Amino acid sequence: MLDQLAALGQGFLVALQPAKLLFALVGVFLGTAVGVLPGIGPALTVALLLPVTFKMDPTGSLIMFAGIYYGGMYGGSTTSILINTPGESASMITALEGNKMAKAGRGGPALATAALGSFVAGTVATVGLAFFAPALVDLAVQFGPADYFALMVLAFVTVSATFGDSPLRGLTSLFLGLLLGLVGIDALTGQARLTFGVPELLDGVEVTTLAVGLFAVGEALFVASRRKYAPEEIEPVRGSLWMTKEDWKRSWKPWLRGTALGFPIGALPAGGAEIPTFMSYTIEKKLSKHPEEFGKGAIEGVAGPEAANNASAAGTLMPLLTLGLPTSATAAILLAGFQQYGLNPGPLLFAEKPDLVWGLIASLFVANVMLVVLNLPLVGLWVRLLAIPQPWLYAGILVFASVGTIAANPSPVELIMLALFGVLGFLMRRYDYPIAPMVVGLILGPMAETQLRRALAISLGDPAVLIESPLAATLLVIALIALVAPYFLKGLERFKAAED
Amino acid sequence: MTAFGRTLARGLVATVAAVGFATAAFAQMELKIMAPAAPGGGWDQTARAMQAALTQAGAAKSVQVTNVPGAGGTVGLAQFVTGAKGDGSQLMVNGFVMVGAIITNKSPVTLEQVTPIARLTGENQAIVVPANSPIKDAKDLAAALKADPAKVTWAGGSAGGTDHIMVGLFAQAVGVDPTKINYIPFSGGGEALAAILGGKVTAGVSGYGEFEGQIKAGKLRLIGIASDKRAPNVDGPTLKEQGIALEIVNWRSVVAPPGITADQKKALIEAIDKMVKSPQWQETLKAKGWDDAYMAGDAFATFLKNEQTRVGDVLKSIGLAK
Repeated sequence: MLDQLAALGQGFLVALQPAKLLFALVGVFLGTAVGVLPGIGPALTVALLLPVTFKMDPTGSLIMFAGIYYGGMYGGSTTSILINTPGESASMITALEGNKMAKAGRGGPALATAALGSFVAGTVATVGLAFFAPALVDLAVQFGPADYFALMVLAFVTVSATFGDSPLRGLTSLFLGLLLGLVGIDALTGQARLTFGVPELLDGVEVTTLAVGLFAVGEALFVASRRKYAPEEIEPVRGSLWMTKEDWKRSWKPWLRGTALGFPIGALPAGGAEIPTFMSYTIEKKLSKHPEEFGKGAIEGVAGPEAANNASAAGTLMPLLTLGLPTSATAAILLAGFQQYGLNPGPLLFAEKPDLVWGLIASLFVANVMLVVLNLPLVGLWVRLLAIPQPWLYAGILVFASVGTIAANPSPVELIMLALFGVLGFLMRRYDYPIAPMVVGLILGPMAETQLRRALAISLGDPAVLIESPLAATLLVIALIALVAPYFLKGLERFKAAED
Repeated sequence: MTAFGRTLARGLVATVAAVGFATAAFAQMELKIMAPAAPGGGWDQTARAMQAALTQAGAAKSVQVTNVPGAGGTVGLAQFVTGAKGDGSQLMVNGFVMVGAIITNKSPVTLEQVTPIARLTGENQAIVVPANSPIKDAKDLAAALKADPAKVTWAGGSAGGTDHIMVGLFAQAVGVDPTKINYIPFSGGGEALAAILGGKVTAGVSGYGEFEGQIKAGKLRLIGIASDKRAPNVDGPTLKEQGIALEIVNWRSVVAPPGITADQKKALIEAIDKMVKSPQWQETLKAKGWDDAYMAGDAFATFLKNEQTRVGDVLKSIGLAK
């Protein structure tokens, strides 16, 4: 522990050099900017910058890349909250409550709790990265396909929190998502499914295209259709622009719980940033003293998932630095960045290049502070966006959504899909179907299917493998409890009522 | 930000181009290189490394890289064959993986239609096992596979890709029916590596670079690489010297559109030749850990044809293609 503290101190000496601070600032700024654009994520940005930074100082460039990564995770939430356009798939859940808050004039507190939650999560998770990396990574590697499948099952159980009032409509939406998840090359056999001879569909449906189509385009169409009859009143600021005492009280626990979910799951080689956000949302809804506010703008529903997605970003760096395992698109490109300088992340990196590793970790703390400093003052400016007259605002959103989609994947097929998903989103909103479960289905479906089939392939088709691992068994039991407990409790209450 | 990145890149290109302008008279070529994959992957890195080396070596005035991701590169290939037809200033990066993807995706356009220019890089393919595995060398692995092919689980990249094909070839080489292999595809190297390190599978297959750190750290055991002779940067035997006739290289190459003139083809080959011989390119190869596998013109065209036949046969024997 002491060794690590000393090393971290050394790292801060590296990270706090003016030149390195500048790199961190540029990274954080770029990251926030690209996080805001739907479709263009930190992965693409770092990839485009790689050749430019070839001749630059490795430590500085890597610090900048890490800043982009953290900034991107944060920037995605701004558009989620303000204009219901998730910039990244991990900030989709944030849009659920965040955008409702923004429409009720509480955009300021929503952005603030997202910023502070990201800060808390990023900082706590970076501490975790600094001190527990080697131990946790050994554990993460033990996670096999069967364990992942159990984790996915648990994640599926949590989806119901996003269903709204009608489980039937929620399930319909979820299954639409699962159906879309089948499109593309089957990962295990390499055969095309439901692609109808369109080569662009071979890679499946892009999550951000679906999310942006359903959320942003669908919303724009919906608002346009209602405008004549019942114009929606949007008040940019109602009450305080900042978080009230009540907001703080309702936010700090979700921040910590979100971090506790995001960090370990992010550290799993196939964990990802989305699953912890689903789980955090469900837990907050269950634990909240104001469950009736969920779906109408509950601050806990922003605080928890935002913390979770930022903590997972730090978690992802753990297998990257200690094992050289890239577990997200951005991490894969960071790995390419390391290799560009002849550095091989892995068990030897900590021993061979302590300056660089600890400088990087220290600069993550610095990047976190910068993000808050950069973003909190901007909150006031951002919420003014909502004061833009609706026709302009929504026209802008449409342009924004299309440009982002095209930039990420320059193909007419992608744009047509965006438009179709937009129409679908409009119809779903019109007939009161929740849209989030559909996106969740698209994210979880292929993951769950692949892991299940991998587990079965390894066990030669013996289903016992799914419960043999203690980890998997535990996760499945938790999932089962989460699934039946509400019914059981309801029955118990009825029983009690009958007794009275 | 993209605007910022582009400005930066443009600035760089402009400076470099100005230098190039002064040094070489024929460096008037304005090239477009398509990487038929998303930014960050191997083909994209190759295209961007070419961009830098071509301009710095003065072999081209400016080079623009575009990304057309999708379906193992076949989306990009289709666009390249139809959109760039007869254009002597366009190039596309491709490689071994595309040969397989064309067959498994039943792509309507194939590599028959492009004009082969040169093979550029190669990467050694390696087989590893977890350090605590009872399997010590290729003979043990072959014996285990012969005993029960289904019980030997292989982790590697996507179905029908280089790693999968290599496992099929391994089975063939040791006399096991390739349709019986139990290959578990993973997306990207990271996930597969985790499964191997965690002992979830018997063996792993990928480019040597993916495993290097873990082999040196003693967490993985190298069973062998699939090259014809020992590689200078690899501390370990080939499969061939252990009696398994298996040679496969994950190569990357560059091709031109169909319908270009002989002069255009010659000019492109000259530009690439100049690039490959430049110190910048050699430096890049070293930094990225790529092997120089340069082979240009007709020799490459023949090689490409042979690889197509070989990959087609293997995919059929694994049961991934008809």
